[in-house]
Amino acid sequence: MANKIKVATTSLAGCFGCHMSFLDIDERLVTLVEHVQFDRSPLTDIEHCSSDCDIGLIEGGVCNSENVHTLREFRKQCKILVAVGACAINGGLPAMRNFIPLEECLAEAYLHGIGVENAHVPNDEELPLLLDKVRPIHEVVKIDYFLPGCPPSADVFWKFLTDLLAGSQPKLDYELVHFD
Amino acid sequence: MTKTLTIDGKTIPFQDGQTIIEAATAAGVYIPHLCHHPEFTPHGSCKLCSVKVNGRVCSACTFPAAEGQDVINNSQELNDDRQKITQMLFVEGNHFCPSCEKTGNCQLQAVAYHLNMLDDHFPLFFHNRNVDASHSDVLIDHNRCIFCTLCVRASIEQDGKNVFAIAGRGINKHLAVNSATGLLKDSDLDKNDKAAHICPTGAILIKRTGYQVPIGQRLYDHQEIDAVSLAHETEQRHGE
Amino acid sequence: MKAFLEQLAAKYQHNATNLLAILRAVQARFHYIPEAAITTLADLLSIPRTQILAVAEFYSFFHLTPKGQYEVFISDSITDHMLGKHELMAYLSERLQVAVGEVRADGLVSLDNTSCTGLCDQGPAGLVNGLALTNLDKARIDLIAELINQQKPLSEWPKHLFAVNDNIQQTGLLLASAITPGQGLTTTFTRGITQTLAEIDLSGLRGRGGAGFKTALKWRFCSEEPETERYVVCNADEGEPGTFKDRVLLNSYAEQVFEGMTIAAAIIGAKQGFLYLRGEYLFLYEKLLALLEQRRQAGLLGQNILGQGITFDIEICLGAGAYICGEESALIESLEGKMGIPRNRPPYPVSSGYLGKPTIVNNVETYLAAAAIAVNGGAWFANLGTEKSKGTKILSISGDCKRPGIYEVPFGITVQAVLDLCGADDVFGVQIGGPSGMFISNQELHRKLAFEDLATGGSFIIFDNSRELLAIVKNFTHFFAHESCGFCTPCRVGTSLLQKQLDKIVDGHGSAGDVVALEELCRLIKQYSHCGLGQTAANPILTTLERYPEIYQAQLKQISYEPGFDLDAALATARRLANRDDAGAHLAQIGEEHD
Ligand SMILES: Cc1cc2nc3c(=O)[nH]c(=O)nc-3n(C[C@H](O)[C@H](O)[C@H](O)COP(=O)(O)O)c2cc1C
Ligand code: SF4
Ligand code: SF4
Ligand code: SF4
Ligand code: FES
Repeated sequence: MANKIKVATTSLAGCFGCHMSFLDIDERLVTLVEHVQFDRSPLTDIEHCSSDCDIGLIEGGVCNSENVHTLREFRKQCKILVAVGACAINGGLPAMRNFIPLEECLAEAYLHGIGVENAHVPNDEELPLLLDKVRPIHEVVKIDYFLPGCPPSADVFWKFLTDLLAGSQPKLDYELVHFD
Repeated sequence: MTKTLTIDGKTIPFQDGQTIIEAATAAGVYIPHLCHHPEFTPHGSCKLCSVKVNGRVCSACTFPAAEGQDVINNSQELNDDRQKITQMLFVEGNHFCPSCEKTGNCQLQAVAYHLNMLDDHFPLFFHNRNVDASHSDVLIDHNRCIFCTLCVRASIEQDGKNVFAIAGRGINKHLAVNSATGLLKDSDLDKNDKAAHICPTGAILIKRTGYQVPIGQRLYDHQEIDAVSLAHETEQRHGE
Repeated sequence: MKAFLEQLAAKYQHNATNLLAILRAVQARFHYIPEAAITTLADLLSIPRTQILAVAEFYSFFHLTPKGQYEVFISDSITDHMLGKHELMAYLSERLQVAVGEVRADGLVSLDNTSCTGLCDQGPAGLVNGLALTNLDKARIDLIAELINQQKPLSEWPKHLFAVNDNIQQTGLLLASAITPGQGLTTTFTRGITQTLAEIDLSGLRGRGGAGFKTALKWRFCSEEPETERYVVCNADEGEPGTFKDRVLLNSYAEQVFEGMTIAAAIIGAKQGFLYLRGEYLFLYEKLLALLEQRRQAGLLGQNILGQGITFDIEICLGAGAYICGEESALIESLEGKMGIPRNRPPYPVSSGYLGKPTIVNNVETYLAAAAIAVNGGAWFANLGTEKSKGTKILSISGDCKRPGIYEVPFGITVQAVLDLCGADDVFGVQIGGPSGMFISNQELHRKLAFEDLATGGSFIIFDNSRELLAIVKNFTHFFAHESCGFCTPCRVGTSLLQKQLDKIVDGHGSAGDVVALEELCRLIKQYSHCGLGQTAANPILTTLERYPEIYQAQLKQISYEPGFDLDAALATARRLANRDDAGAHLAQIGEEHD
């Protein structure tokens, strides 16, 4: 089908919990794939977004330089970009490191922590560098929709996507709005 | 003859000395609020209860009801702005609901749900705030304090103590504990004090009661705060 | 310390309403408010220690950690900046070997910024241990640094460093001739108290602090309250940047101000008055105390004033660095020894003010005018001015003009006429009424100073075409965020967000949506804030955005979005720790899609 909606997904500083929850729509997935084609996503192993993605679902906050690049790619290639879950929306659990200076975090992990051998902060150029703070994604690129929850329930994904597919403004009813 | 005012076109009776929110609640009309509590002196700081009285923005929890007032409460415009004010409270503190024991029972969160708030909208402050776990029965997580002063008022007005205060200026405001060390353990707070139970958010928690009610079955999980708040009021009145 | 505190508490009758005065003394003695002092004072004053802590944290001139034996503050008003404050501060910091915001390692000196000190016509200005320093330049800074390093007591510093000039450039109805002490009271008693209130009513006098409430009406309301213990308060907090006329009035016309207060007391039936003097005007304190004593000796204050059986006295209370304390109900809280947090209204101070008793709060100039009206009659005053703005207004003029200083002008005068008086040309715009007022452009100079058009408490700051608009707006916006008392959400959080959002645009990181977001914030803060501070905090942005949208637009990038923080800088720590500087160790501020 040529006119299937292209959906890309990724997890930045997240735990894949949102992805798991998405899959919890269970048998409704079958209906969904009639209308939807997955592009870049952990579900497909496609490495880069095609240029004409309709919807990008982002789980997780921005904690390192690679996250920034990925997020920018999604913003560039997706018409609609969606922040999925607490971490994407406010940094979530990973952002709890924001209250400890990065220097201390790295020192604890690589220099002085218990059991550290060959103490040095990894400096391989392949490795992404950490930002001083974990940021919600709306502070780095423009976001069109937010799906709160930790994780958002399968019903949230379903309601959101079916609303969009039906061409209407997605609307989450009371029971679907959760921050936990 | 009873005096009346109108809220969103509905005629509502009131008695002299009542605030707009008191008149509204008695008549079964919910006005969003956080720092207001019917048992304590009005404070007027959160501004969630902002309504338009004869076209002028007023805080319903402090503004006296008066004959013939035309009050607008449940308009899209006001609710949109209340959502923004709620978002300000979220970005100011550090509200990681998934790791907060108050989730599902929290009024800040419930107001946010009620206003269909989906995101924080503003940049987050990520100010470093402490946790005071010194007290044997009560915990303070300053990350979640919204400076509503309910604990302050409850301690003074009901417990006859003076355990809490709000100190500091502007964005540096913080909850202070009245003890030589500044720690809760050295204050005269008792876990049965009203002040230990009044916090609308997860800033003051009773220890060892965590997660007794599972997430998903908590106060606001299936009931909106307007219904909960009005039902609570009715209960209180019948109880008297 | 214990003995010192006990003496201090005794001096202030162990009365917690005097907490500010007590903490001022502690700060002056120890250069901070020690933990132990809080504990002891809580005992001595029978108040919770949290009240002391709260007050100590609230006011800018109290500190919980030690400051230098010489506490130096430099005024951060826009007018100081226009006079080269930025460079001077750097120079001072270098000469004193202390960073801004820090205490030197030897504890001798600390240096910091402070909000406008009310010396805009003779800046850059500063404070050393609370005393005003004027006309700062490199030579004076060299001298100051030397005096500090030699640990010379302030009493031995050359007097010219502390010289404060009146700079009265134009006098009128009020300033041309002061009344003689007692004249106002004598006429009041001769004419009769009710008739004098009628004269003040006839004069059309409206409050000079900015809001313009009819003075006679306020006094009548207060006098009609059932509660008979009533208070007279003179608001000399003068914190609005660019305002300094009350300083001059209290330096050279204080007797007349006190006389106005005493007449007000006779009218409303008050026995006690307060002059709430901003801490920055400490240099006036002793002089004013002496004047009060003089008036007592002359039978113009105290028991049985002029033999009329009326008792009234005035106490001077010093502030401690908080603009919000100019707001009348916050001022009253401060007088009661608390944080300056505006009260809920109603009730208004006229019915429930100081200690819950009926209280009138008026501006210095209002009392000055009332005293003159008592002598000369209402018609004398009402002859000048416009229909709704009678009489004259005393302006504090600063910024780009040849003759900054004090001007008394009739209400209804055009801005252009004022600019001609003070010798301003090449004008870009004028800030009328201070940051909380309005910025007008050079296309509006025909507008009139009057409650009908441009209301003003007297601040008049002139900017010529060499000035950068956004730098001005930024200074004002930061001022409000710094001075927000923090009571209500929209102002506490909103002014901080506004500061961030404006900085993002001014620093060149804004995109199309950012001005929209800025306007939205402005609207929220203006509409929902609890008091006048929040309700006007967005005015610098709103009034300039309306007039110069193109200046804001020119700052914006033609992209859809840019982060509000510096992405590459956010990697700096990681870069340093990993010892990397390769291309992959950096981030562009905006994504490649914008190349
Ligand atoms: C933030 C704020 C600061 C104020 N500062 C002053 C001030 O420094 N001096 C003053 O006279 N009025 C000030 N006012 C106005 C006072 O609240 C009050 O209206 C005034 O003192 C009344 O006196 P008047 O009627 O003589 O003007 C301020 C108001 C606000 C909201
Ligand atoms: S206090 Fe309420 S809003 Fe804050 S984290 Fe806890 S549940 Fe969430
Ligand atoms: S701790 Fe709770 S009750 Fe006390 S001020 Fe903070 S939010 Fe309000
Ligand atoms: S508007 Fe600002 S200054 Fe006024 S009460 Fe609110 S926080 Fe305080
Ligand atoms: S509930 Fe009225 S201001 Fe908070």
